[in-house]
Amino acid sequence: MSYITKPRLSYSGRKRNKLGLAMRDYEGGMSTLCAGCGHDSITAALIQAFFELNIPPERVVKLSGIGCSSKTPAYFLNASHGINAVHGRMPALATGANAANRDLYYIGVSGDGDSLSIGLGQFGHAIRRNLNMLYIIENNGVYGLTKGQFSASADKGSKAKTGEINAQPPIDPVLMALSLGGAFVARSFSGDKQQLVPLIKAGLMHQGFALLDVISPCVTFNDHDGSTKSYVYTREHFHETIHTDFVLAADEITVEYDEGEVVPVDLHDGSHILLRKVAPDYEPKDRGNAISYIQHHQEKGEIVTGLLYLDEQAGDLHTTSNTIDQPLNELSYDKLCPGADALEEIFEAYR
Amino acid sequence: MKPTDVSNPNYFHKVVDCQWACPAHTDVPEYIRLIALGRYTDAYMLNRESNVFPGILGRVCDRPCEPACRRGRLDQKPVAICRLKRVAADLRGEIAHRLPQIPKAKNGKRIALIGAGCASLTVANDLLPLGYEIVMFEQLDKTGGLMRTNIPAFRLPAEVLDEEINTIVDMGVDLRLGAPINSLKALLQEDYDAVFVGAGAPKGRNLEIPGRYDTDQIFVGIQWLESVAFGHVDSIGERVIIIGGGNTAMDCCRTSLRIGGDDVKVVARKPENMLKASDWELEGAIEERIEIICSHSPEEFVIEDGKLTGVRFDQVDWYEDEHGKFRSKKIDDVVMPCDSVILAVGQENAFTFIERDIGIEFDKRDMPVVDKITMQSTREDVFFGGDAAFGPLNIIWAVEHGHQAATSIHNYCMGEPVTERLPHTMNLRSTRMGIHEWSYSNDFDPTTRRLVPHLPLKERFEKLSLEVELGFDAQQAAKEAERCLNCDIQTVFKANLCIECDACIDICPVNCLTIAENGPEVELRLRLNTPAPKKVQDIFVSETLPQTGKIMVKDENSCVHCGLCAERCPTGAWDMQEFTLNIPYAGHGSCRKRRKTA
Repeated sequence: MSYITKPRLSYSGRKRNKLGLAMRDYEGGMSTLCAGCGHDSITAALIQAFFELNIPPERVVKLSGIGCSSKTPAYFLNASHGINAVHGRMPALATGANAANRDLYYIGVSGDGDSLSIGLGQFGHAIRRNLNMLYIIENNGVYGLTKGQFSASADKGSKAKTGEINAQPPIDPVLMALSLGGAFVARSFSGDKQQLVPLIKAGLMHQGFALLDVISPCVTFNDHDGSTKSYVYTREHFHETIHTDFVLAADEITVEYDEGEVVPVDLHDGSHILLRKVAPDYEPKDRGNAISYIQHHQEKGEIVTGLLYLDEQAGDLHTTSNTIDQPLNELSYDKLCPGADALEEIFEAYR
Repeated sequence: MKPTDVSNPNYFHKVVDCQWACPAHTDVPEYIRLIALGRYTDAYMLNRESNVFPGILGRVCDRPCEPACRRGRLDQKPVAICRLKRVAADLRGEIAHRLPQIPKAKNGKRIALIGAGCASLTVANDLLPLGYEIVMFEQLDKTGGLMRTNIPAFRLPAEVLDEEINTIVDMGVDLRLGAPINSLKALLQEDYDAVFVGAGAPKGRNLEIPGRYDTDQIFVGIQWLESVAFGHVDSIGERVIIIGGGNTAMDCCRTSLRIGGDDVKVVARKPENMLKASDWELEGAIEERIEIICSHSPEEFVIEDGKLTGVRFDQVDWYEDEHGKFRSKKIDDVVMPCDSVILAVGQENAFTFIERDIGIEFDKRDMPVVDKITMQSTREDVFFGGDAAFGPLNIIWAVEHGHQAATSIHNYCMGEPVTERLPHTMNLRSTRMGIHEWSYSNDFDPTTRRLVPHLPLKERFEKLSLEVELGFDAQQAAKEAERCLNCDIQTVFKANLCIECDACIDICPVNCLTIAENGPEVELRLRLNTPAPKKVQDIFVSETLPQTGKIMVKDENSCVHCGLCAERCPTGAWDMQEFTLNIPYAGHGSCRKRRKTA
């Protein structure tokens, strides 16, 4: 954290996006997290992604629960909508908001405590419902706000700052999402924006629930020897399978690849996700294969990253609920609530 | 790229744009901080160390520091550095006890200084504390040289001049006023160990066009200003044309307004964007409603019945020819009526007193051959400085010449080679006081440049000596001082501590940091988070980072020294350290030399 506010300055070479906004216009308040926190890097990656996607800030809804990670929506996109939910209950609010207005961009920021302990049930159901949102878990393996106890994502055998060894196996949100039918499952690292920013973009533009588990070192309580979520450990055990690039609908795919090396995936709005294999034996469209690959490498202590599973055809909550294209909050009252007679008719149909 | 060598003081010195641009390398940010703290005397003394005349320069310096100021790159207007310097001089307390002690026992060396201007005075200032006997020859009856004769009193009051000059004279200069040197040969035959020529460039350039000598109403600017300064001239025609577009022209037009001129025009041959006058001097003239006419080339003085009635000008158009040279072409001609003309078309040196057979070589332009570093001429005991050395420059350059010449004279008199000069060295000192506290004001202040209050137009023309600029008061100065970005508080990086968390990169308000793979500079510059293809300033390149083998790169050009990178750094890899440049002056290091020989 800092005492002074980041000054607003115009400087030579400052970029503006298609909306005429500068990166600064996508920022928020000053972070009060510890200096060097991985979460701040993820915040910066989000700012960059929204800026480069030319998304108007007022078309974005930021949702979070409780925890260090859940503070971060205050640090980006000042000009968008946001809410802090009860601990672990962010998916419920996101579902409600998304049901009412399907036209906005939804981004949920959660942590390993918020999603994998108190909010595990809500998290699982959000995946299952395929709610159209980007769900980021800022995963550091500890409860930072309560001074560094192991969280549910801490690896077995990893060491706390106090010297204690974790005896319980971790809950892996990526494996969980894969087994619950998640259609966009990715893992990344706060210290690698080249991987992270395109994944955020792809997740935001993906139609459905996009899980992005980001290893985000807790610089105060979990960045020591013996930790498996430190900067050093993550860099040493980082195993990238698929590198993702994101290309806007308006832009041409200019990067040249050898044939067969890159698989383009077209999104509903005409933009593309480009998947480039880094690990030759990895197949991002085979759920079973993905699960076994990740488990196999996990046993070796490797952190498998990249866009690990993608199914663009799954259909989100609105598709399965068969709701109309127009956002519900735009409907007139009599259409949205057709009255007692209409309700009676529905009841009749079930009798 | 190879890692930046941060042990070289020049690397950090260049980051302090103002100090780097100043010929005397005055420690601007430090004295501005002292002013902000209300420590005016300390600020004055710090100034005096390098520029010797803070009160004078705080009014009339050419201020190369201001166009260089980093603040100017952010919001167009640099910090009012020069005006702050004046505040230190105006509000300072007693300094007598803080001046260098002059030894009673002399070192037996006698030095003759020709001219009592800023260059000679600086030499005296540097050599007197070392025990030298200084004899200063001045052809006029007053000290100060061009500072007194050419800068009108409404810009530089006589009291300010007298005070700062007398500080030096009172150190024990053997001052000979009204004592022109007519023969250097003769002077050299007297008992002097070395001679310093600081005689200035006292001759105004003439304009040889028809009618030049058919009237007595055409004056040469420099001589005319001198005559006004000494009270020999106290009037001028009602309609005055000043020919020229430099700072002398500005002084002439504003002086004319004060001694009888009513319709005063400045007419320059060059187009507006090529005028030599400093922006602030132009502004001063425009504020006094002086008409500035550009792109008019003087062709003839119009004389009717032996009386000057006007000047005929060719109106010209400027264009770039195929060689990229600016040329003019006549498009019209016009006669501007006037009663008097002042020529301000440049000044020249006059070395009539230097015989050409005494071992001092002159070049093709009839200028003495002078070494740019040592200020020594081709005769080993004769040194030059100020406008006499390389033609007309400015006061602050003359001061710097004086310092360098003093070092050379000292070396020469001590039997050391003049080329043996101590290098600049530096100190770096952390400014960290706590987790979020720094010993400087790091918060960016968006305040715009403060305007110096001026004497109202109604009052200022009453007397020639009424100073127009009133200077900042303490409060205004404190506000302006906050605008300084403290460029001398350097971002110092230790690669081995970096964990590549990106915190510094994410927080930087000007996006000047990048962690990247190494590469050649031209290509690396394009890969920065804010690409900087044009080299305005150096980029800092760190040693290899321990975790990924990448490098930290910083574009020094846009940094605002807010310290947020260091504040956000969890490992202290970034630190904000105050850079102090140690400038060697005459006599510095002599203890070490003595030890070496002992």
